[in-house]
Amino acid sequence: MRSLMYIIASLTVMALAVWAYQQNYATQAALREVEKLHVAIGHERERLSILRAEWAYLNRPERLRELAFMNFDRLGLLPITPDHFGEIDAIAMPGPVLPRDWDAIWLAGRADDTQEARP
Amino acid sequence: MKRIPLRPLARVLAARQKGENPDAIERENLRARHEVIRDAARSRAEGRLLVLSVMFFVAFSAVGARMGVLASSEAVEPRAAASTASILSERADIVDRRGRILATNIGTHSLYAQPPRMVDKARTASELARIFPDLDPEKLLADFTGKRKFLWIRKTLSPEQMQQVHDIGEPGLQFGPREMRLYPNGRLAAHILGGTSFGREDVQSAEVIGTAGVERAFDDALRDPSRGDRPLELSIDLSIQTATEQVLHGGMKLMNARAAAAILMDVHTGEVISMVSLPDFDPNKRPVHLTGKDPADNPMFNRAVQGVFELGSTFKPFTAAQAIELGLVSPATMINTKGPLIWGRYRIRDFRNYGPELSVTDIIVKSSNIGTARMAVDIGAARQRDFLQSAGLLDVSPIELSEAASGKPLLPPNWSEISTMTISYGHGLSTSPLHMAAGYAALVNGGTLVRPTVLRRDTPQNGPRLISETTSLAIRKMLRETVKRGTASFGQVDGYAVGGKTGTADKPDRKNGGYHDDRVIANFAAAFPSHAPEYVLVVMLDEPVETSGLEPRRTGGWTAVPVAAEIIRRTAPLLGVRPEIEPGSEIKVSLGE
Repeated sequence: MRSLMYIIASLTVMALAVWAYQQNYATQAALREVEKLHVAIGHERERLSILRAEWAYLNRPERLRELAFMNFDRLGLLPITPDHFGEIDAIAMPGPVLPRDWDAIWLAGRADDTQEARP
Repeated sequence: MKRIPLRPLARVLAARQKGENPDAIERENLRARHEVIRDAARSRAEGRLLVLSVMFFVAFSAVGARMGVLASSEAVEPRAAASTASILSERADIVDRRGRILATNIGTHSLYAQPPRMVDKARTASELARIFPDLDPEKLLADFTGKRKFLWIRKTLSPEQMQQVHDIGEPGLQFGPREMRLYPNGRLAAHILGGTSFGREDVQSAEVIGTAGVERAFDDALRDPSRGDRPLELSIDLSIQTATEQVLHGGMKLMNARAAAAILMDVHTGEVISMVSLPDFDPNKRPVHLTGKDPADNPMFNRAVQGVFELGSTFKPFTAAQAIELGLVSPATMINTKGPLIWGRYRIRDFRNYGPELSVTDIIVKSSNIGTARMAVDIGAARQRDFLQSAGLLDVSPIELSEAASGKPLLPPNWSEISTMTISYGHGLSTSPLHMAAGYAALVNGGTLVRPTVLRRDTPQNGPRLISETTSLAIRKMLRETVKRGTASFGQVDGYAVGGKTGTADKPDRKNGGYHDDRVIANFAAAFPSHAPEYVLVVMLDEPVETSGLEPRRTGGWTAVPVAAEIIRRTAPLLGVRPEIEPGSEIKVSLGE
């Protein structure tokens, strides 16, 4: 009986030793991985800060103003002035949805227009 | 172990024959046996004690040794602790009130040379001079062939320049990593941000230190590594700053002014929403400090904070407010304005003769020096001084800019009665436009002092009380009347009920003493909307001349006011202030008949 206990105990110790050994190496691998990720995060952060700086540079008010001026034909952007404020009461309630043949009516009218020769 | 019987028969018999008690033999033997047993137990216990003491000794020495190692070795963070908020060693960003970047860092490289390791010194010198046109090849060659073992060539390089230097292929040229401060918006808010330069330099890194403005005032906070990537939030709004700068620049050119400044401030929180001083500079290429020149021409001089000027009639509302607060007058009290007012060898005149008497409101509206001086005489020098002191107009402004200390107001050496009279209308006391903005904020916000700040805050300051609520209301009405029908009539902006006071002060003649006839500081301090002020705006123009009329016009009403009105028209919508019909205004409704 006693010798059986000894055998079981020593086997347990051996099993625990193997487990501890494996855990040790797994931990070391994980730490190396973490370190690598930290370096990667550092690089990404650096890239992010450069991108942010670039974004801020591209969005500098001076450049936006020039772009708005150059593309006025297409965008029609103007500096906001007091008369750009509106009242909610000034907006009409949305009307009923138009019937589908509205287009047809409109097109028919337009076809007539084109047929008539106009000087 | 030899076992001795307790009652050996031979000895018992012998004892009986001698007539002795045989029990003595048994006791004798028993004692001997016990002694043996005791000795054995003792030695075993001693052995155990020894083992135990060795174990304790080993355990305690292990603990002691570990403590010694921990105490003498360098502390190391446990690697396994995966920190998400990693400590960043770089300088923190500066952002505006809506989080848009005003200052950030980018990684770049510095270039240094180690002449002993160079292969072809002559070619290196000429190639470097080709890449950087401002370098002198002869001087470089002299440095390379001289005794020097190390020299800096460039503190920062652009990637293209770095590639070109790489292409020289010279082993004696080395690059070191550098953090560089970048201001992506260029000149915008340059005076607030200030600038940076390199402090202690090393091959591997260099300290970036703030040299002016917010960068210097918050240098320690920005460099604090535990700050992480939390940026410094300013009260400045980038779009409003841009609009103000653009309008002020246009106004400065149209009015032929030498310089200009504008401050827009929240009257309740004291936040400076925009602050412009023109001419300005690019903080990315901060010019070398120009010494010996007139500060008025130095672009790095912050006129809004450092520049102290006699601001003229803009001071009058302070006199009126104190007179009303002390109960000496009410807005309707009539005051003698017959001129000129002669005091010793001084004569105080008005711009125009305003008749024998005016009400206090009209004195502000028409800007009568005589009327204001008479109120000041009633107030007296000591009380006037105390009032201006408590309004913060006599001390260095508490704003968080490193330049604020040099904008100390200039006081008369002797605060005499005549000083009292001239100070009441803004002559003889020089303050910065920022002082004026903070003072006006206190006058119109209901009467509590505000401390100007460039840091974002969300709550009103509710500072100590300067004047009562009713006095503040009276001043607001006077300022509104001034715009409606007085000297600042160009300040009308539909929907914003602007109220304000103009000021025009002759510039002191530094060469000959006295004052210039044709050089003025024109300014305008405004609050809007008058019925419930939210913002104050101070605009100052240095030597403006408005030449559209027959005669050149220099007064604040003709120069600073139109510029300020345009700034309000452009910035108020950006601030989110809705135009509204002024309460109590007469709306003309025509009924068709």
